[in-house]
Amino acid sequence: MRISRRILAGLATASLAVTATSCGGGGTSGSFDDTVTVGILHSLSGTMAISESTLVDTEKMAIEEINAAGGVTVGGKSYKIEYIVEDGASDWPTFAEKSKKLIDQDGVPVVFGGWTSASRKAMLPVYESKDAFLYYPIQYEAQECSNNIFYTGATPNQQSEPATDFMYKRSPAAGGDFFLVGSDYVFPRTSNTITKAQVKQLGGKVVGEDYLPLGNTEVAPIISKIKKALPEGGIIINTLNGDQNVAFFKQIQDAGITPSSGYYVMNYSIAEEEISTIGPEFLEGHYGAWNYMMSIDTPASKKFAASFKKRWGADRVVADPQESAYNMVYLWKQAVEDAGTFDDNAVREALVGQKFDAPQGPVEVMPNHHLSQTVRIGEINAEGGFTILEETGVVLPQAWNQKHPSSKGFACDWTDPSKGEKYKL
Amino acid sequence: MELLLDSLFNGVAIGSVLLVAALGLAIVFGLMGVINLAHGELMMLGAYTTYVTQLIFKLPILKPFYNSYIIVSIFLAFIVSGVVGILLEKTIIRKLYGSPLETLLATWGVSLILQQFVRSVPLAYGTGLVISLLIGLFLPTTFPSKIKESINFKYFKFSSWIFAALTGVLTGSVISSSVSKLSRASARNVDVTAPSWMRGQVEIIGTAFPKTRLMIIVITLISVIAITLFLNQSAWGMRIRAVTQNRQMSDCLGISTEKVDIITFGIGSGLAGVAGVAVSLLGSVGPNVGGNYIVGCFMVVVLGGVGNLLGTVLASFGIGIMTDLIGAGRFLSIWPDMPLPLSNTINFFATTSMARVMIFALIVIFLQFKPTGLFPQKGRMVEN
Repeated sequence: MRISRRILAGLATASLAVTATSCGGGGTSGSFDDTVTVGILHSLSGTMAISESTLVDTEKMAIEEINAAGGVTVGGKSYKIEYIVEDGASDWPTFAEKSKKLIDQDGVPVVFGGWTSASRKAMLPVYESKDAFLYYPIQYEAQECSNNIFYTGATPNQQSEPATDFMYKRSPAAGGDFFLVGSDYVFPRTSNTITKAQVKQLGGKVVGEDYLPLGNTEVAPIISKIKKALPEGGIIINTLNGDQNVAFFKQIQDAGITPSSGYYVMNYSIAEEEISTIGPEFLEGHYGAWNYMMSIDTPASKKFAASFKKRWGADRVVADPQESAYNMVYLWKQAVEDAGTFDDNAVREALVGQKFDAPQGPVEVMPNHHLSQTVRIGEINAEGGFTILEETGVVLPQAWNQKHPSSKGFACDWTDPSKGEKYKL
Repeated sequence: MELLLDSLFNGVAIGSVLLVAALGLAIVFGLMGVINLAHGELMMLGAYTTYVTQLIFKLPILKPFYNSYIIVSIFLAFIVSGVVGILLEKTIIRKLYGSPLETLLATWGVSLILQQFVRSVPLAYGTGLVISLLIGLFLPTTFPSKIKESINFKYFKFSSWIFAALTGVLTGSVISSSVSKLSRASARNVDVTAPSWMRGQVEIIGTAFPKTRLMIIVITLISVIAITLFLNQSAWGMRIRAVTQNRQMSDCLGISTEKVDIITFGIGSGLAGVAGVAVSLLGSVGPNVGGNYIVGCFMVVVLGGVGNLLGTVLASFGIGIMTDLIGAGRFLSIWPDMPLPLSNTINFFATTSMARVMIFALIVIFLQFKPTGLFPQKGRMVEN
C-alpha cells in the first residue's frame, strides 16, 4: 500500500511538473530541484463556502510565500510546493471521499482541510485507516486526539474558559447570572457543558440555556426566556453558528437586550469576518474571545493582515481561523525540513516541539498534536474590530477537557507509546 | 395578564412569519395542487429584492426617500417573484399538471438553479434579467388588439424581446456601475437593515413589542385581507375558484384556464416575494434563506387543510402559539408548583429545538385523526 502510494505520488508529481501551470501553484521565479504537491480540502460550494473559502485563500497565500522564499528544503533538495484544491461541498461524506482521492490518487503527503466538526469526524477514519495526515485549523470542542490529525485551532481551555472567567470576574456584568445560547450541534453543546461546570466552580449560576436548530432563525421564544431568566441583565454566552447570529443580534436589539441595559454577550464564533456581515451596529459593546484578532499591534500581525489584503483585495479581513490555517502550513514546512523527508511517520515525530512566530505571537506544537496559544478577550467596537482588553500568557492545549465530566483527569500524548490517545493523569 | 399578553404576542409574531411564508403556497399548492419546492427560493428572491432596493435607495437621488424603501420593496418583491413564478409556470409547470411527482422533482431542480444563480451572478445583472423578463412578458400584452391579431404578431413579440434584453443589459450595467456592492457575485450572506423608524420597540399596555415584529404582522394582515378580497370579490378570483373546483366545466363555460393558471401561480409566487421582505427583517439574506422555511410552509398548509385560506391562517397562529408555549416553558409560569415529573418533562421540551420536535409530533398525531387538516375542502370535487 505504502509503496504504491509513493509511486503514485511520484507519478502525480511528475505529471504535475509537466503541466505545472494547469493547477496554478503560483508562478514564482527561482529554480527548484523538484516539486511536492499538497492537498487543500475545504468547502467551495454550499453553506460553508463563505467561511471555508477564506481558508483556501490563506493557505494559498502561505504556500506562495514559502515558494517565494525558496520552497521547502528536504535532504538538500529544494522543493516547490504545488497544491490541489478539492471541494468538500459542505457535505460531510464528500470530505471523506475527497480525502481518499487526495491520498490514494494524488498521493499528497499532507492535507490541509476541514472547518466543521462534522466534516472532521467524517474524515478522521479515512486518515487513521490510511495512516495519512490531516491538518485542521479551526477552534473546536476538543474531546478528540487522533494520531493522524494535527489541530491548530483553540481547544475550549484556550478560548471559552478564559472568556467565562473574564465575564464572571472582570466584565461590567461581573458576578451576574449566565444564560447560554447555541446552535444545536456538537460544538455548542460540549462547550456549554464545560461552561456550566466552570460557572459552578466559580460560584456563579447558569439560569438557562437554549439551542436553535441549524437553519432556524426564529428566536422569539429564546428572547422571552432570556427576559424571564435575566430580568435585570446578565451574561449571555453565545455559540450560535453563522447566519443565526444575524437573526439573534437583530432581534435581541429590537427586544432591548443590549449592553446599555445590562446584557453582555460573549461570543465564540464571531470574528472580524462575521462582524462585517452582521453589522457592527448590532454588536458594539459585546465581547469575543480568540487567539488572533486583527487589531493585535505587533509587526507579525500587521504583516499578516497587510499581505492578505495585498494578495486578495483591500476590503478583505483576516481572522482567527485564517491565522490558524496560515500557521499550519508553516509548521508543516518546518517539520518536513527537520524530518528531512515527506514520510508521515518521520514528519509526525518532527512536528511535536516545532515553534513558530505566528501573527498571534509564539506558538508551539504540543505532544497532544494541539498548539500552545495566547488567548485574547476583545470588545467589539464601532469600526467592526476588536478592542483587545486582556491577553493571557501562553496557554497549553487540553485535548481532553479538565472541566468536562466525561474527560476530567485524562490527557493525550503521542510522543510516548505507552500513553497515546487517552491516558489517566 | 402580562404573561398572557406576552405569550399571545409572541405566538402571533411567530405565526405571522409562518403565515406570510405559507400564504403563497396555500394558493399554489392548495388551489392548484402544484407541489412547488421552489417556493422558498421565490421567497429568497423577494429577500434579495429588498436588499437591492435598500442599496439603490442609498444612491444620492433617492436618499431623501430612504426611510420608505421597505414599503417600495414590498411591491417590487411581489413583482419580481411573481414574474419569475410566471416564467416558471409557462416553461416548466404547465407541462407537468396532473403529475405531482414530476412537478416535485422539477421544482426542486429549479430551487437549486435559483440558489446557485444568486451565488454566481452579480445582483446588478440579476436585476437586469428580471427587468428584461418583465418587459418581454408584458410588453406584447399591451399592444392594441389589431396588432395582436395580425399574422406578423410574432415579429412584434420578437422585437419586444430584443428591446427587453437591451433594456435589461442597460439597467444591469447602470446599477452595477453605480452600486459597487451589486457589481460582483458573492455567495456571502447579505444584510437588510430596517430603516430607523422600524428599529427599537413600542409600548402597548405596559409591554414592549419590537417594531419589526409589528411590521411583519401588519404585512401579513394586509396580504391576507388583500388575497381574500381578491379571491372572493373580483372577477378573476371567481374564475380561479371556479377552475379549482371543476376545471373541465369552467373550460367549457369559456374561462381561459390557461390564463387562470398563470394568474394563480403568479400571485402565489408574488406572495412568496412579500414573505421574503418580511423574513429579511428578521435574519440575514442568503441563498439558503428560503430553504429554511419550506418545511414550515408545507406543514402549515397541510395542517390547515389544503385549499382553505382560513385553515392556513388558523394553523399558522396555532403553531406559533404552541411554539411559544412549549419553547419558552410557559406552562411552568402558569402553574409553578406542578408535580416534579411533569415539570421535568416540560423543562425538557422548553428549548427551541425540542419544542420543534414536540410540534411535529403533535401535528402527526393530529393528522392521524383528521388526515385532511383542520378545514377539509367541502362539496363535490373533480379528482384528477
